[in-house]
Amino acid sequence: MGANWRSLQWAGMALARTVDLDALRQVGEWARPVALAGEQLLPVLGPLTPLFPEGGLRRGSIVTVEGGPGATSLALALGAAASASGSWVAGVGLVSPGLLAAAEVGVALERVVVAQAPPHTWATVVAALLDAVDLVWAGLPPRVSAGDARRLAARARERGSVLVPLGRHPRWAPGPPAGTLGDRGDSATSIVRNPSPGVASLQDRVAPGAPAGDRAGRPGGRARPATGGWPVPADVRLRTVASASWIGPAGDGAGRLEARRVEVVAAGRGASARERRVALWLPAADGGVAPAAGP
Amino acid sequence: MRTLVVWCPDWPVVAAGRDADAPVAVVATGAGARGRVVACSVAARAQGVRRGLRRREAEGRCPGLEVIVADADGEARAFEAVAGAVASLTPRVEVLRPGALALPTRGPSRYFGGDAALATRAAALADAAPVPAPGTRGSPPLPGAGTEDAGERRARCRVGVADGLFAAVLAARRGLVVEPGTSAAFLAPLPVAALDHADPSADPRAGWGELAALFRRLGLRTLGDVAAVPPATLASRFGPAGARVSRLCRGLDDRPPRPRGPSPDLSVTAELDPPAIQVEPAAFVARSLAGELAERLASRGLACARVCIEAETEHGETLLRRWRTEGLVLAPALVERTRWQLDGWCNGTAALRPSGGIAVLRLVPEEVTADRGRQLGFWGGATAADERAARGIARLQGLLGPEAVTVPRHRGGRGPAEQVVLVPAHAHLVGGSTKNPYFRARDGGGGGKAPAPWPGRLPSPSPALVHADALPVEVETTSGEAVAVTGRGLVTAAPQRVSLAGGPWTGVVAWAGPWPVDERWWDPATRTRRARIQVVTSTGDAHLLALTAGRWVLEATYD
Repeated sequence: MGANWRSLQWAGMALARTVDLDALRQVGEWARPVALAGEQLLPVLGPLTPLFPEGGLRRGSIVTVEGGPGATSLALALGAAASASGSWVAGVGLVSPGLLAAAEVGVALERVVVAQAPPHTWATVVAALLDAVDLVWAGLPPRVSAGDARRLAARARERGSVLVPLGRHPRWAPGPPAGTLGDRGDSATSIVRNPSPGVASLQDRVAPGAPAGDRAGRPGGRARPATGGWPVPADVRLRTVASASWIGPAGDGAGRLEARRVEVVAAGRGASARERRVALWLPAADGGVAPAAGP
Repeated sequence: MRTLVVWCPDWPVVAAGRDADAPVAVVATGAGARGRVVACSVAARAQGVRRGLRRREAEGRCPGLEVIVADADGEARAFEAVAGAVASLTPRVEVLRPGALALPTRGPSRYFGGDAALATRAAALADAAPVPAPGTRGSPPLPGAGTEDAGERRARCRVGVADGLFAAVLAARRGLVVEPGTSAAFLAPLPVAALDHADPSADPRAGWGELAALFRRLGLRTLGDVAAVPPATLASRFGPAGARVSRLCRGLDDRPPRPRGPSPDLSVTAELDPPAIQVEPAAFVARSLAGELAERLASRGLACARVCIEAETEHGETLLRRWRTEGLVLAPALVERTRWQLDGWCNGTAALRPSGGIAVLRLVPEEVTADRGRQLGFWGGATAADERAARGIARLQGLLGPEAVTVPRHRGGRGPAEQVVLVPAHAHLVGGSTKNPYFRARDGGGGGKAPAPWPGRLPSPSPALVHADALPVEVETTSGEAVAVTGRGLVTAAPQRVSLAGGPWTGVVAWAGPWPVDERWWDPATRTRRARIQVVTSTGDAHLLALTAGRWVLEATYD
């Protein structure tokens, strides 16, 4: 307030001297309200900004990540810029997080917390983490009730945190014992070999716009469910589509995996309703994220 | 001031539960002296192992050397037994560092009949103190040193008495009682290298070695030589350090020991009648208790760094948990924490849940110090986000137990799972600074420093999924020939299809590797040989496969 008053005085002095448009513009900069709408956003890495209409993660929103190869890297990359700028991020129910990859994509590991939650306390733990940190990667337990999901969404909205539910995708069916980012401590049910028809139909309902044929027609076509069941509509749904391709291995064992080109589709509600499609190097040659040339 | 020092040689070795006859070296992990020997046993010293050696060099000098990692917390815990035993002589015992303690002799010496008698008693008490077995955090004890044997371990101490702490520390190393007024004469013939012990609470090598070396080059070879230099000369040449050294060498007191007197009982207790089965009634009582404790501390101008929340149930069970409260407004923070804790106990897992209602609730302040207020950092330091996170971590630990909440920590290694590990978070450590102290900047991870060489380490980018449980994989050529890796680190055939966990065959469109590693070849028990390859399957997935003991496993996925 005081600063604004002083800048108004400054404005008066500047006007008294000479009508200098540049000076006026500068005064306007000084006198701008400090709490901008941008503060309601968590920053994301530059190449990811086209995915969000506001150019960042709106605080209090739910962003689901699902889809084919690269989904986990995409989820980790979402937390990179926020954690680098001082926010804490947390993971819960992650079976096998590649924290080294997270560090390479830009997540500041000194502000990361990883909690293990048994399925019956999962919602409580996620709620406590939403209180504590700005972004939560939540590996989903086998079932999340719609009531829990709504309560968690309300909690995120109230606390200004971003919840990133990570679908249970049985990536290489028939699945490994602990397939992917999913829940731990419930080893009996964490094997999602063949999702029951009920689960599948639920997921179809969740992501009605998901092109079901993305992976169809591939050898050993793995019709994987789109998400492990975040049972209520999310604000933004990110999906990596199947056009992932690696560069690096030169054949005959030479070279190494260097970079992967993926396409990410964002859809959602409200301002995010228009579908956005971005091609990314994820990871890029330096381990981070970089925009890729169009298709 | 006349001071008695009890010194336990090679305390890190004793605290780790090892025998002095076995060749053992303790290696530091801290930032300054990482990988260097900080203590070794008598047997190791006889073979030429010295403090400050690199681990590899120490192993070279003493082939059978057992190397253990320093555990400062464990050493301090174990030393508490010795300090407690000596405290039966006088409560004014000051622990200098784990392995050494000091006490002013004036009162006790008259009571027990002289310095020599006091020293004998102190030595007997310290020697008789049973050193507790090392905690589970250290490496496992030797097969011979099982639990039945653990109580038998005794510290072997030396005791010295002299005027002034510095002289007493040096006297303790020789087991001497220096007569009053003769400290300067006792110190005079000692070499200037003894200045290493000028800071008894710090690591003996911190800082003073350089000054001692300079004195030697200047021709001052003994402490007596230094004492003969006029104090003003030393002070003008070396500043405060010179003035201090001059005082020490003349046998004067550097600073009087600051003994910790018995603190007044500040704990507050409430009895609940009827016993509370639900959280709410107990939390309601906790509110008034916390206010009472805060008021009691504030009226004495005190603050406490930790509060122990104790609850007794009607069946006599005692539940106890310590909470860090440093830097918090005590009353509301305590109400919150007591509530979380009761919540954790009453609604937690069946193993934790008390069998009856809570009958007694007690708050005990610990680490009580004078309240000096707290100034937040202007730039950096603890931010609001850090404090919020620390509170959240504390709350989750109350809910899930301390082990279930972890923070990542970089560590050297070759595989993706070895380079970052998860360690239990300690809320007071996470919130106190902008960085959690478990996190050590990765060597070269963007910091500009050259990375530590880990030959065979996988190149970046790293896999986003690192599988905790290795999943069996079959790797073949299209003709059904299994792919292996030769001793020279070459694949026998190009992998053309893989089957994960007995699933259908998937074609391999690209592959790279192998990266052979042969780790800890010097230790048959932990030696691992493996070769890693990266494969990209026709479905677009990229996997990291490892061949170990003739079997391929899925180690990680580039998801």
